[in-house]
Amino acid sequence: MIRILARYSILFILTLLVLTILSFALAYLFPGDVLENLTGITPQNDMQREALMRQYRLDQNVVVQFVHYLGDLASGDWGYSFSSGLSLREEIGIAMPATIELSFYAILMALLIGIPLGYYAGIRSYSVSDKSINALSVTTYSIPVYWFALILILIFSLNLDIAPISGRISLLFDIPPVSGFILIDIMMTENIDKGLAMRDAFSHLALPTFAVGAITTASVVRLIRRSVIDVKNRPYITAARSRGLSGWRIFSQHVIRNALLPILPLMAIQITTLITNAMIVETLFSWPGIGNWLIQAIYQRDYPALRVGMLAVSTLVISLTILIDLFNRIIDPSREKYERATV
Amino acid sequence: MRYTPLAWLSLLLLLVVGVSACSKRDEHAFYNSGLVYCSESNPVTFNPQLDTSSTTSDATSHQLYDRLLDFDPDTGRIVPSLASSWLVSDNGLTYAFQLRRDVKFHTTDYFSPSRNFNADDVIFSLNRWRLASHDFHFVSGGRYPYFESLGLADNIASIKRINGYRIEITLKRRDSSFLANLATDFSVILSSEYGKQLMQQGFPNRIDQYPIGTGPFKFESYRKDHFIRYAKNTDYWRDITIAERLIYDITPRSSLRLAKLITGECDATAFPAQTELEIIRNREDLTLAEKPGLNIGFWAFNTQRPPFDNPDVRRALAAAIDKNTLLEAVYFDSATRAKTLLPAASWAFQNDADDTAYNPVLARKLLASAGIEAGFSMTIWAMPVERAYNPNATKMAELIQRYLKEVGIDATIVSYDWATFRRHLQDGLHDSVLIGWSADNGDPDNFYRPLLSCGAIPSGTNRAMWCNSDYDKLLDRALATDDLEERKAIYQQVNRLLYERLPLVPIAHAYRYQAYRNELKGMSINPFGGVRFGGVSKTL
Repeated sequence: MIRILARYSILFILTLLVLTILSFALAYLFPGDVLENLTGITPQNDMQREALMRQYRLDQNVVVQFVHYLGDLASGDWGYSFSSGLSLREEIGIAMPATIELSFYAILMALLIGIPLGYYAGIRSYSVSDKSINALSVTTYSIPVYWFALILILIFSLNLDIAPISGRISLLFDIPPVSGFILIDIMMTENIDKGLAMRDAFSHLALPTFAVGAITTASVVRLIRRSVIDVKNRPYITAARSRGLSGWRIFSQHVIRNALLPILPLMAIQITTLITNAMIVETLFSWPGIGNWLIQAIYQRDYPALRVGMLAVSTLVISLTILIDLFNRIIDPSREKYERATV
Repeated sequence: MRYTPLAWLSLLLLLVVGVSACSKRDEHAFYNSGLVYCSESNPVTFNPQLDTSSTTSDATSHQLYDRLLDFDPDTGRIVPSLASSWLVSDNGLTYAFQLRRDVKFHTTDYFSPSRNFNADDVIFSLNRWRLASHDFHFVSGGRYPYFESLGLADNIASIKRINGYRIEITLKRRDSSFLANLATDFSVILSSEYGKQLMQQGFPNRIDQYPIGTGPFKFESYRKDHFIRYAKNTDYWRDITIAERLIYDITPRSSLRLAKLITGECDATAFPAQTELEIIRNREDLTLAEKPGLNIGFWAFNTQRPPFDNPDVRRALAAAIDKNTLLEAVYFDSATRAKTLLPAASWAFQNDADDTAYNPVLARKLLASAGIEAGFSMTIWAMPVERAYNPNATKMAELIQRYLKEVGIDATIVSYDWATFRRHLQDGLHDSVLIGWSADNGDPDNFYRPLLSCGAIPSGTNRAMWCNSDYDKLLDRALATDDLEERKAIYQQVNRLLYERLPLVPIAHAYRYQAYRNELKGMSINPFGGVRFGGVSKTL
């Protein structure tokens, strides 16, 4: 167990190191001045410039520069945005939770809808209802998320006028960002009608969550259905059936767990796809998350923002991937043996 | 384990019921209490003295501040605002203003005024752009482009405080547009007490970032690319309805602004695109207000570069293009044909002014006699941004390119990003350029002087780089008289001179549009500058 943890920590640290090297290199690779790309500060005169060069160790060799850069990253000095002049740490601190929040609700939706539907389809395999569920999930899975979100906007916002299309909450509510998660922030804000604010926030959440969640839901349905069908054909199910157990008991005692176990790692992989999808959907719904923020940074050639934004997003994705992998190992230790055997 | 989904479901149900329990009436009251305006971009600053872009003045001038005088939006006449009355001496050089006594500055988290508005604030505000010795003159850059382009500071001899509520301004030369300049979006009144406080605290820059004014709304917060929040100024001196909150939802994409207007996320939007006007007209829940705007889109020649220094060449080029086609293709009937610099909304508009006509035969003849051979090549610079006066300069440039081909000229189209574009224009690197001008007040001097006078070449508004002493003399003569008819006659001579010399080809005066939801009451287009939300209310 400890060995596994140690191995994963080393893996994590090494990957992060490679990413920080890449991010540091970007300051040199982007057009323009290295100092400005690294700090986001445009020096007003030569004296200030020299002071900044010294402060960021840019007058020394690249290795010293990089070590100092690591220190800056760790201490929270991520530089300033060209376009807004604000601290990048603060900006990402606001944008990142918005993306995580959207992804979280989408995952919740995928699990709450996808798992029951998948089981149902698996149990009733090759019936009409299974075929329709399967057809629906294949269709949803094949739709590009960008196009799907636009269709949702067209139907539900512009034609039916039942859901707003932009942002997380009506701007009439003054919700100061404390945690960055809108529902939590509403709860923490004084002097507003919380019920009304919640409802407004939910109506803003509905479409983007659905757009991001639908595709993941479809793949969860497909994975579970496949797995249930596999389990159903196992000898122990036939044995249980021959012992005269009721359908419900077979399902609840043998199928649920056994079908879930082999696909957990596969479902976990969906999370990175989901975050990518969330970042695409954000730009369509003007959701103030990291994807939207990075797109703006690209438009405005905001190099310091791109440098740190790239690092922040990849750190998030890699942390999640490694954590999920670790989780899989812990719940299913047999995987390790299998992997060793293949090495 | 088996009950977990059930527990989840009941929790969800509880949440939905709890959330939808609040009454419809509260909900309407809440959504009615605030206005949301989808604006097109970020303001550069919260002090319109420092910037001439309409985004800045839309966000500040009429919301946060008041001026000494205002324009009546219907008649264009100058009406009292912070100055309750004024007197002009017989020689036209001295202006005495009586100020209102009951005006309070905003009370906010960062400032609470100890006294009402008085003469010190007026002197503080005017001297800020006028005198380099003023404490705040060089704060935030020290450039005051509007006042610089008119040379206003040089013409003021003194500003005197007679008593707490009376000031006297003395000019060096007569200037019949002086009052109009004090009524523009840029001549706002700041708080001198706030200035002093900031100076003591050592943060003078904050005066332009955390604004204090006397306007109907006070500043709350601003997040770049996202929003600006304003709250009602409960002490406002005018008796008008003011919404509890005003929010600028910064939305650069025009299609998204329209979508938000349709879903009701915005109550009003800035600059609907020409192609979207029909959609707005066809919807019953939206109103499209239109008014002829105080603007001009034109094609200017760089008169300092041969062969464009030759008026015959310029006339030939003007005759080569068909303005009506340009109007139809680029403005979609949302503009009127321009004959002179002045639109019909100005009092000095001349109905029977001479206009160039489409005549390729004449164009070829003039070109031949000027020694321009077939295959001559030139550049047309097309501005990269959309403006009311030219919503699509690139398309217009392509049309002109085709017309010029017919008379044997090869034109290439040039464009850069907006900042570089303007810098290169100022350096005079262009042969000709498609650009325009939006006026800041109804006075004709606001068109003629910045666009073509010699003094406007260095300040970067004279795109034709044209300098003509007769023209400048006529403009000065027009300002030296208060008799409107006499001024009108002088501007007719100016028009004649421009028609003969043709430093630029006037193309169109665009309408100004404002789209808003029917629930808004009291919205009107302000033809003389920025949007105003004082007096606007919402009933769902």
